[in-house]
Amino acid sequence: MNFRPSAILDELVDRWLSKVAVLVAVYVTFRGHNAPGGGFAGGLVVGGVFVLQFLTGREPHIRHRPIRRPTLLLGFGLLLALVTTVIPLVVDASPLESHIWKLNVPFIGEVKVVSSMFFDLGVFFVVVAVVLMVLLSLGARGESLVGDDGVGAS
Amino acid sequence: MMLFVAIVAQFAVGGLTLLGLRRRPANAALIGLVVLASAAAMIVAEGVGVESAPRSRVDWLPALGFNLTLELDGFAVLMALIVLVLGFGVLLYSLAYFEHDATYARFVGLFMAFAGSMTGVVLAADLFTMFVFWELTSICSFLLIGLNDTSESARKSAVRALLTTGAGGLCLLGGVGILQTELGTTTFAELVKLQPSGALIDAAIVLVLLGAFTKSAQFPFHFWLPGAMAAPTPVSAYLHSATMVKAGIVLLARTSPAFGQSDVWRWWVIVAGITTMVIGGWRALRQTDAKLLLAHSTVSQLGLLTVLVGMGTSTALYAGVAHLLAHAVFKVALFLGVGVIDHELGTRDVTKLAAARIRLPFVTSALVASTLSMAGVIPLFGFVTKEKALVALLDAELGLAGSVALVGVVLGSVLSVAYSVRFLHALLGEVAPDGTRGDDQQNGEHHSSTLIARTLLGAPVIVAATASIVFGFAATQIGKWLVAPSTSLDVLAKSKLVLWPGVNDALIISVVVVAVGAVVGWRVPLAVSASPNSLGERMFDAIYDSILSASKKITQVSQPGSLPIYVVVTILVVAVAALVGLLRDGMPSFDAFVTDSPLTVSVALLTAVLTVGVAVVSVRFTAAVFLGGVGYGIAVLFLMRGAPDLALTQVLVETLTIVIFLLAMRSMPRNFIPASKWPPKAVRVLVSVAVGVLLPLVALAVYSARRAPSVSDEYFTRSVDEAGGANVVNVILVDFRGFDTMGEITVLAVAALGVVNLVRVAERNRRERAS
Repeated sequence: MNFRPSAILDELVDRWLSKVAVLVAVYVTFRGHNAPGGGFAGGLVVGGVFVLQFLTGREPHIRHRPIRRPTLLLGFGLLLALVTTVIPLVVDASPLESHIWKLNVPFIGEVKVVSSMFFDLGVFFVVVAVVLMVLLSLGARGESLVGDDGVGAS
Repeated sequence: MMLFVAIVAQFAVGGLTLLGLRRRPANAALIGLVVLASAAAMIVAEGVGVESAPRSRVDWLPALGFNLTLELDGFAVLMALIVLVLGFGVLLYSLAYFEHDATYARFVGLFMAFAGSMTGVVLAADLFTMFVFWELTSICSFLLIGLNDTSESARKSAVRALLTTGAGGLCLLGGVGILQTELGTTTFAELVKLQPSGALIDAAIVLVLLGAFTKSAQFPFHFWLPGAMAAPTPVSAYLHSATMVKAGIVLLARTSPAFGQSDVWRWWVIVAGITTMVIGGWRALRQTDAKLLLAHSTVSQLGLLTVLVGMGTSTALYAGVAHLLAHAVFKVALFLGVGVIDHELGTRDVTKLAAARIRLPFVTSALVASTLSMAGVIPLFGFVTKEKALVALLDAELGLAGSVALVGVVLGSVLSVAYSVRFLHALLGEVAPDGTRGDDQQNGEHHSSTLIARTLLGAPVIVAATASIVFGFAATQIGKWLVAPSTSLDVLAKSKLVLWPGVNDALIISVVVVAVGAVVGWRVPLAVSASPNSLGERMFDAIYDSILSASKKITQVSQPGSLPIYVVVTILVVAVAALVGLLRDGMPSFDAFVTDSPLTVSVALLTAVLTVGVAVVSVRFTAAVFLGGVGYGIAVLFLMRGAPDLALTQVLVETLTIVIFLLAMRSMPRNFIPASKWPPKAVRVLVSVAVGVLLPLVALAVYSARRAPSVSDEYFTRSVDEAGGANVVNVILVDFRGFDTMGEITVLAVAALGVVNLVRVAERNRRERAS
């Protein structure tokens, strides 16, 4: 059960699959309000991307990507959700009450934006951060999952 | 609104000092002085000589009738001026007393916050508002007593003070709750109008009294106040003589016109008051530290104030208000004066104080004048107010309670004179042979006090002492001014003060008291060995320690730290609850089993087989794979039953969980090895089977138990219009039940932080073990 990191798999995951998966995640997140999906699922898809990188021995890449401090991301997500919860209070609505904007975007037509989208984005960031934190800390022994002390060893 | 501004400004300076001006505490103190002076000016401008008292209100919980209401009536004006003017004096003094370092910054910040809270207490128009500021004073006082956070005794005293006054605060809250629910109001004016009585009201009275007694250090809670002397002198002078402990008196004064006629109230007040007065006076005779002597004298004086203010007769209330002013004025001078001696000579020992009269003649004279006021010697203000108190007690027609109060106060007064004379003895007696010289040479730095510093230190002492003298001669005028404060408490509390009352019963008693007290005080030796901890302190510590050790024992039993035990207990509780429910309501009908397509049934069967697999395999990795299989199986079932959202999330979570499992498994043994012998296998199997049988039955029962229409119908109709989303599941998550989601992501975040830190700790332990 000792997979060696494979260059082809590496390449494939890193260059293509990751990017596609992030796109899928964004899609899943934004369609959530009207079809299956949402911030939680979207965040998990991004989490899946990180898992793939882990599995292909790419764990250091996570560390060197912009999201170096997942706790900041965690805080940002929580704050975004909290702010969305509280803002309706300022305009004398009940907390989390949705507001619907209808925007006319040139060439695309009418786009409906619901304020709860920001709440969902907050959930998204929290989930991404949680997955990252768990992966980084449990995998923090310097090697990737398929490194020398692979699964089931010891 | 001006009233709130006055309070908020003080808090703002406090906050600013603690956050922004740590490096320049002197500047912060100057700003504080300006704020205190302007607040005092504002109080005079708004509150003196106006027809109706200005009020302001901020709605807080209007639905529950809880609002912050401030009212600047006569009593509030008097008390606010005491708080602000003394605050000004003490802050000025502190400029020269402290080194200008980080501790001083903390002092200034907390001092301003404290002054703000205290202003709130005295301006409060109802019990609820008072309670809010009351608790703030407890917290500020805790931090100020423990200002010297490297001293263990200071920290201990701070904890004692906080727990004692905090417990009292909880009692007060209980009283507020009872009054609010019983009477629908806690406004002082309304309470006075209602004159409530009854069993529940009696309970509320006892609770309110407990609040007042803990705060004002009345027996049996008197022990925390002398301990609080661990704080630097300006703190002691301001908090524990002039303001903080007066909060309890303010509470008594505000509520006494409403409750004063009840027997419960009267007896509690009189017994606690005179006991405190006598114990405080007695213990003051046995102190060698001048500051502790004064602290015990404060306890004793507070006992007198409690009796006067709480007794429930109008004249006594008037006398109480007058003595409140007298005590604040002489006590702040005494504390600050002893502080000056401590600062300049480096000693507070009563056997060495005499040296001060050579080095510090003005401060010593001021101390003598204030001590005479404390003893109640003509022509000082203390004499005037004590005469009034005796007259009020002689005139009170309260039967036995009145006689007890009178005898107690006379006895307490003898002791008051005695400790005052003992303090005078210390100041005016012969200079100890090892006196000033040795001290001076050892503490050379004390010479370095500049003229400005000495002026700053001395001025508040001398001004306050002068006030004791001037107020005495101007007694008639002061008495007129005090009518407004006391009538704002009780319309009948109208009386007057005179310097020379003529020969009457009260005067004769006074003369005897002073004579006996003086003899006793002069004969009590200065050098005595006082026990380091009072009985009260020791009892508090015993109770405190036994609570801590009991909670440790309970924790050891209830939290053994064994995962198998936790799991068995948790699961058994659920199983028993399920069993009870099923036995009571009968077994569910199995009609709810909807016969499905063969495909669903086979997926369900496969999932069940995998579940058994998880339980029986002995290799961790295999179990994890089986567990993943179970998860995917359930996801498929979700999908087949028309829940794509759930299915999607389940698949994603399952995938991530397996990977995380594998990561964690790297540091675990390959096979399952039971970490503990308990519970034995039979018990484990029994528990598992019980849960496995009972929970599905409960699920069935719940499924077939629906009586009300499902809320989901309503969600479906409202989803698109109100929340703009067609996916009801998501709309529930982010809108209808968004609060739940908010809570869930918070839990998720906390859990992730927990994982990170647990791993970090484990890593560190491993590294420490390796090295």
